[in-house]
Amino acid sequence: MVVEKSYDEINEKIKKGKAVVVTAEEIIDIVKEKGVEKAAREVDVVTTGTFGTMCSSGAFLNFGHAKPRIKMNRAYLNGVPAYAGIAAVDAYIGATALPESDPENRVYPGRFLYGGGHVIEDLVAGKPVKLEASGYGTDCYPRRHIETWITLEEINDAVLFNPRNAYQNYGAAVNTSDKTIYTYMGVLSPHLGNVSYSTSGQLSPLLNDPCYQTTGVGTRIFLGGGIGYVAWHGTQHSPTVSRGENKVPLDGAGTLALIGDLKQMSSEWLRGVSYLGYGASMAVGIGVPIPILNEEILSFTAVTDDEIYAPIIDYSFAYPEREPGNLGRVSYAELRSGTIKLQGKEVMTTPLSSYAKAREIAGILKEWITEGSFLLTEPVHGLPSLDSGITMKTLEEKNNR
Amino acid sequence: MVANKFVMRFSSAIVDQPIIYKLVKDYDLVINFLKADINPHKEGYVVLELSGDSENYNRGLEYLKSIGVDVAPLSGTICWNPDRCLQCGACASFCPTGALFMTEPDKEVHFDGSKCIVCESCLDVCMARAVEVRF
Ligand code: SF4
Ligand code: SF4
Repeated sequence: MVVEKSYDEINEKIKKGKAVVVTAEEIIDIVKEKGVEKAAREVDVVTTGTFGTMCSSGAFLNFGHAKPRIKMNRAYLNGVPAYAGIAAVDAYIGATALPESDPENRVYPGRFLYGGGHVIEDLVAGKPVKLEASGYGTDCYPRRHIETWITLEEINDAVLFNPRNAYQNYGAAVNTSDKTIYTYMGVLSPHLGNVSYSTSGQLSPLLNDPCYQTTGVGTRIFLGGGIGYVAWHGTQHSPTVSRGENKVPLDGAGTLALIGDLKQMSSEWLRGVSYLGYGASMAVGIGVPIPILNEEILSFTAVTDDEIYAPIIDYSFAYPEREPGNLGRVSYAELRSGTIKLQGKEVMTTPLSSYAKAREIAGILKEWITEGSFLLTEPVHGLPSLDSGITMKTLEEKNNR
Repeated sequence: MVANKFVMRFSSAIVDQPIIYKLVKDYDLVINFLKADINPHKEGYVVLELSGDSENYNRGLEYLKSIGVDVAPLSGTICWNPDRCLQCGACASFCPTGALFMTEPDKEVHFDGSKCIVCESCLDVCMARAVEVRF
């Protein structure tokens, strides 16, 4: 390769305010116009973005100690249970947790108006949140119950830790049955009434770094409106799925575990959401910068929606029954056009993740880097890649007596 | 004499039936069209005012329901809260009238209340609760 740049060189340019930063959308035309080599010479960083529902998200909180002290073994935030099976006043509030009083799907389809994602949004928005906790009482933690109000500012720590975010590609969802179904892919109308999809395609972080060449443990990112880091590969990270010639996975593949200080995030980019008939969750805004170390890395960032394909999965049968197979593949360009052709039918497409907001995130990250306030980090450890041999395991029922 | 505004939504399967003709001829109802979009490939809708004597009016409504037309009284208004909106566009794909719509190339979602027929489809699909119906 002709162009070789190091993280240090790029960071030096960022510090001097001389780095050339463009978004994953802007790079497409730049490469078309100038070619890969010239573009790789000129551009230092490409920024990506995504804003969509990411269920595997939540936050670790430390409330500080009450007088007298309590070892909480049950904790509720605005009625939503947080996991308290760690130290005395630590808890984890998960995005999909629901109050015990939620009617769930007993009145079908349930509305799931308030859950863990909404608690996190309220905390980040600075709103007081009611904490109710109980413990069984010990010599060192005699108290058994506390009811009080907390704010994000008043508690010791609040760390967003999302075990699986930023899915690299994801199946598009349809319903071949004769009744409406309510899923985490939204409302799916019967007889292929619509097809829903949920990635930001050509703007999506891992679709621009398909082989994890620059994204790894320790990568500094935009997370929830603040700064975060890649903590690890995400759960279900599955880099070995089949890929196109452009190395872009043809199905859900890599994932990221992300971490960051909740106190510097914003409720604009962490939003509680409610999926009819499915549950509550949280929409998370993420932006990952890609340093242009060489031409290959650059050429990956120039990927376009018509080169990224999603499998079409039937959520009325194949998905719930864990049956393999799909109803074909469709490009994100087709999905974004509003309708696709499927089994001779024109099917309307329903986006679930926001392209406009993904673009906004890539733009904000571009601004941070351009003005010198955001430096790039070199990963301290790579993500398991195409040669990792990882295969997804399934959960089988066993009778171990 | 009864007069009310309704939204009738029908699937493509029954679009070719002479529904309106029957309402006028068999049930002696007066029909005042307010808005309509009938497309042979997808669900169609008509917003209309039905008036007639109360017996015919009720029988007319029964007839519509019996052939599978979804009839709902036009009531309430839809309010869209741009601050809560995540700009995903899910509602726009479901909105039968284009009241909620996405512009190109910015892919931003907007709301034009004058086109809304209060069918409430968007209420079901919006995960952000950015749309609500007010009475
Ligand atoms: S209620 Fe919602 S979906 Fe129905 S017409 Fe109005 S904006 Fe569109
Ligand atoms: S579905 Fe809700 S959040 Fe999504 S664009 Fe429509 S109003 Fe906004």
